[in-house]
Amino acid sequence: MLEVPGWPGHLAGQHVDVRLTSEDGYVAERAYSLAAPADGERIELTVQVVGDGEVSPFLGGGLSQGDPLEVRGPLGGWFVWRPEDPSPVLLVAGGAGVVPLMAMIRTRRLLGSRVPFRLAYSVRTPADVYYADELLNPQPGDAGLEVSIMYTREAPPGGPPPSRVRREDLAQHGWPPELAPLCFVCGPTGFVEAMADALVALDHDPARIRTERFGPTGGT
Amino acid sequence: MGIVTPGFRGRRDASPDLPPGQYRTHDFPVLSAGPTPRVRTEDWQFSVVDEAGGRRDWSWAELMALPQETPTVDIHCVTRWSKLETSWRGVSLDVLLADIETAADFALISSYGGYTTNLPLEDLLDGKAWVVHEYDGEPLHPAHGGPARLLVPHLYFWKSAKWVRGIQLLLQDEPGFWESAGYHDYGDPWREQRYQGD
Amino acid sequence: MDEDLDLYPDLYEDGNALAGPLDEVFAVEASAAVTRCAGCGRTARVAELRVYGRGAGLVARCAGCQEVVLRIVRTPREVWLDLRGAVSLRLPVGGPG
Repeated sequence: MLEVPGWPGHLAGQHVDVRLTSEDGYVAERAYSLAAPADGERIELTVQVVGDGEVSPFLGGGLSQGDPLEVRGPLGGWFVWRPEDPSPVLLVAGGAGVVPLMAMIRTRRLLGSRVPFRLAYSVRTPADVYYADELLNPQPGDAGLEVSIMYTREAPPGGPPPSRVRREDLAQHGWPPELAPLCFVCGPTGFVEAMADALVALDHDPARIRTERFGPTGGT
Repeated sequence: MGIVTPGFRGRRDASPDLPPGQYRTHDFPVLSAGPTPRVRTEDWQFSVVDEAGGRRDWSWAELMALPQETPTVDIHCVTRWSKLETSWRGVSLDVLLADIETAADFALISSYGGYTTNLPLEDLLDGKAWVVHEYDGEPLHPAHGGPARLLVPHLYFWKSAKWVRGIQLLLQDEPGFWESAGYHDYGDPWREQRYQGD
Repeated sequence: MDEDLDLYPDLYEDGNALAGPLDEVFAVEASAAVTRCAGCGRTARVAELRVYGRGAGLVARCAGCQEVVLRIVRTPREVWLDLRGAVSLRLPVGGPG
């Protein structure tokens, strides 16, 4: 949670660039998606701590309340959900890629929006589900949101066995192309490429598919 | 300087033997300006073109037949990591340029994939540079510039062009890929020449 | 691991990563801007370009022909924006009324 004096508000899907400067002038910078709608001057980031990462372990454990942090944003004008758009929305998330999509879900909830939303969320194991409580238990205000979680390495007992997300899964848990949904795909580069290709193969209009790839540093 | 965040140090192991602003790393970070070219040694060629257009080419087999050296050097990346005592195997530029007659003072290095970098010709000579094809006893991996890269350890490592394919000898300096985007034309880590104007 | 090395350098980011650096250059948000590649003529949003080089600079390549569309390097005192690979850049700025 960060307090940013003068924060102008933001759209779901946007991110901030966090810049850390040490006392001797060394600088490291990383991008983090905003995880929730603006709450006055407070913004929320969800940071995946990577063991040997340079920045994430520090953000995850080295900061104390009141420490100053340099933040630039809100950034991004393409990978954003605008609440006035009535199109159904398909969210496809891989691992930590769920963060900006969660901002969209939370914004929808806050505004009482009735826009139909479907989330297809791919994770390795049940322990890897971000926002598990919120996503696995229906929240007031989430009527019209459908969540499907797909496990690729280890699945919860009693459910289908783990498998990678296939085109058929997106067809089943997504929207048919005739509804012209706006699709947001976010996660590691390889995942995003595969999912975007699958959506195009299912006849979704490529111009209606917006992607955000984390790339090799993936927010470490 | 930006807002200092107390307690932040980054992943660093600074030492007085390093050039200013550098820290020592024990891994080998990969930084690329584009997709990794995949060049087979059967197709590989290295060329030297002089200022008059005269040209010498070497195939992979010809490169392997030249006298080989095994330099062990420290390398310094402009992104601040330094890796000490890296070991390589390859051919000295003194050997490759031995029979070239030229009045040129500058070189423009080019690579498979389109990367370029420039440096004074004298910085390639007198035991300062190699075309290397092995790192740490193994054939050089494409991610690190294989099948062959330039190695010029006394300058920042962006001058050690990966996937090297040729050298053009020039009478006038011509900025390469990073030099034309803000990086220093020479790039001496000991004088911290990272950017234009440093 | 060797397979990591095989994948690693080709894992590009996309042009959403340019939003911050371009924020210092343009008065309006640029990731939705439309670029036209000087290499092959393909048009794409800045957000859809393939971005390499993080750490040294940002090199945004055309997803079609791989040529460099734009480069941005941040030195301590300057932002170097090289647009020679873009024929044109169209930025949404909002109109009258």
